[in-house]
Amino acid sequence: MKAVGIILAGGSSTRLQALSRRRAVAAMPLAGTYRSIDFALSNMSNSGVGTVAVVTQYSSRSLNFHLSSSKWWDFGRKQGGLFLLNPTITPDSAHWYRGTADALIQNLDFLKERHEPYVIIASGDGVYKLDYNQVLEQHVAAGAEITVVCKKMPRAEGDRFGVLKLDNEGRIIAWDEKVEDRKNGGEKLINCGIYVVRRRHLIQMLEEAAREERFDLVKDILIPSLEKKRLVSFLLESYWCNINSVGSYFACNKDLLDPDLRHFFFTEFPQIHTKVDDNPPAKFNGSARVSNSLVAGGSIINGSVTDSVLFKKVYVGDRSQVTNCILMDDVYIGDDVVLENCIVERKVRIQAGTRQIGDPDNIPVLS
Amino acid sequence: MKKQMIAMLLAGGQGSRLGALTQGMAKPAVAFGGKYRIIDFPLSNCVNSGVDTVGVLTQYRPLQLNTHIGIGIPWDLDKQFGGVTILPPYEKTGDSEWYTGTANAIYQNLEFMEQYDPDYVLILSGDHIYKMDYEDMLRCHMENQAEATIAVMPVPWEEAPRYGIMITDGEGRITDFEEKPKNPRSNLASMGIYIFNYATLKQELQELAHVPGCDFGMHVIPHIHRRQGRLFSYEFGSYWKDVGTLSTYWEANMELTDLVPEFNLYEEFWQIYTAAEAYPPAFVAAEGKVETSIVGDGSLIQGSVKHSVLGANVKVAPGAKVRDCVIMNGVVIEEGAVVRKAIIAENAVIGAGVRIGEGVFAPSRLDPKVYNSEITVIGAGSVIPAGVQIGRNAAVMGPTEPGDYPGGVLESGDYIIKKGGRS
Repeated sequence: MKAVGIILAGGSSTRLQALSRRRAVAAMPLAGTYRSIDFALSNMSNSGVGTVAVVTQYSSRSLNFHLSSSKWWDFGRKQGGLFLLNPTITPDSAHWYRGTADALIQNLDFLKERHEPYVIIASGDGVYKLDYNQVLEQHVAAGAEITVVCKKMPRAEGDRFGVLKLDNEGRIIAWDEKVEDRKNGGEKLINCGIYVVRRRHLIQMLEEAAREERFDLVKDILIPSLEKKRLVSFLLESYWCNINSVGSYFACNKDLLDPDLRHFFFTEFPQIHTKVDDNPPAKFNGSARVSNSLVAGGSIINGSVTDSVLFKKVYVGDRSQVTNCILMDDVYIGDDVVLENCIVERKVRIQAGTRQIGDPDNIPVLS
Repeated sequence: MKKQMIAMLLAGGQGSRLGALTQGMAKPAVAFGGKYRIIDFPLSNCVNSGVDTVGVLTQYRPLQLNTHIGIGIPWDLDKQFGGVTILPPYEKTGDSEWYTGTANAIYQNLEFMEQYDPDYVLILSGDHIYKMDYEDMLRCHMENQAEATIAVMPVPWEEAPRYGIMITDGEGRITDFEEKPKNPRSNLASMGIYIFNYATLKQELQELAHVPGCDFGMHVIPHIHRRQGRLFSYEFGSYWKDVGTLSTYWEANMELTDLVPEFNLYEEFWQIYTAAEAYPPAFVAAEGKVETSIVGDGSLIQGSVKHSVLGANVKVAPGAKVRDCVIMNGVVIEEGAVVRKAIIAENAVIGAGVRIGEGVFAPSRLDPKVYNSEITVIGAGSVIPAGVQIGRNAAVMGPTEPGDYPGGVLESGDYIIKKGGRS
């Protein structure tokens, strides 16, 4: 592989509300047994990228725990491997990462010491499957200076994504960052936060930005260079979702109730990898009634569960009814509980007899 | 460098009474409890007991076992010094032989043990389901200043004639023993778990090197007893299950579906580790139904499952019914199939509309010593063509076709064996 990988996993999102209180966005648990960063990491590994740096900052402990060993994604190698780039204090700088570009600026040595001609930059909170070799091939064929992976989305759906406009040849000619744009029908083209760029070129741009104290990769580097440089889009056709709000977190988990989508991600080669726990299989007792739901290992079900995602080691008590909910690891639901349209944070105990019906358009997080 | 105690795990046996289940793999590699393989229990016990050096002796069909153990990552047995080592029989100049008995197998690996200069050696077999603290057994061994300690388990008196029985004095010292006695004098059955002082073990193995098929229970222990060596028992009182026959294997699996199983895998304490693939959680579809069952990750349940143990990545299609079954990883049960009281091994495909477990019991025409219950067994990678009917106590191995079932039926007690199959 001719590229080194960088995964930007340092961010938080206020729109994840209580869910982001204890973890980085890239460490958001997903589909019962995975975390959001597994997708970018597995894509790197499956594309043959042997050296990957994960840039962390916000609430990085949860992420560090998950990445305690790199072998689950096959990065435990003598050559290359998985590196965590945390902000550090040096004689030259005592700053946190002041933006995505600053995070790279503060780790320029890492980029300079590599030998691979290209860099693949991916955000740690995207849920997608992509062979980065395809992006790289197109990057070279199109004579691009920077390739930006993008995705068509219904105009009415999602917000706060960068919206791109292309010319006839796929070159990006306009880029509106994080605008509310739900007015018209039709589709919009949004930035997925995955970039391919020549390593020397990236170093040059970062050094320039550092001199001018510009710290954001998109706003301060990519958008201002639209006219001078060839930014070309790569269209991602398959599923893509970005976990940046409670709504998108809930929706993405619910999407994964679709067996075909799970097959695409988790059983079709090459699969998304994760750190596997030693939980016994899920246990369904005599009174269990489970329908259209995922139930992860270590869970014990007595009551009824419908249209829900149950993470690891969840307990559902007798006669309880869980509908349209996401119950994260180690959640305990007592007897006779009625729970609807909720996300329940890790390790939360719901007392027997509790009745909580959330607003389906504004899912509450119980924590 | 030195290790206080190392373990030697005897995993070379076929386990022939498991019939089709051990057709393609050694008994310790047989799947158990929807996620594990039998060897995971002694291996995890080692790790949880602080024994970090394990030699696994393989002989009969070792591929599954080798693949499962790899370099020991799931048990944290990938270590710089120690860890897990697979020990197959090997050729020597002159007197090459297979492992001819339990003690002979250990004798042939003296060199391996020497590397670690151990004080004690723990001898284990890969045949049982249990959680045991070998460190406590070692403490007992040391307190007794024993040369060898044998783990024993009180069994119901009426079952004692099936076991090797140890007779002990008030201090736990073994005064005598009897192999499968008609009129047992004690109900303490040997569990086949031994701790030896390494010096004793080495000396005994060398002295008995010429004994054909040298075995711990038959030769080494009697030899120590004859010279009045210090032989002690270590009494174990928790769950311990021999899963050596199809019916005990089936029962031990079924017990896991009890409301509060006697053997509890859901405790945080003393976890059992295994090499499992990453899968999303089990999924029960809107039309699916699961009760009194355990279901492995990645499984897709669109039909109905009751009182069964399902492994990982199992597919139960719409309209299919599974009752009282053990279904291993990767099995596909097609639409409308009805499977009762069966053990379906890895990656088998049960065609649409197949009925398994029909009719009444009939004695096996294949091997009545192995197949002697109502349980029907479908071997790993087998294919059962759509629409056929299979009775009780039957066995199918391999990719069968409609022509193999005269009139679309395989009667109770009957069998089909064909070569090949899915993997």
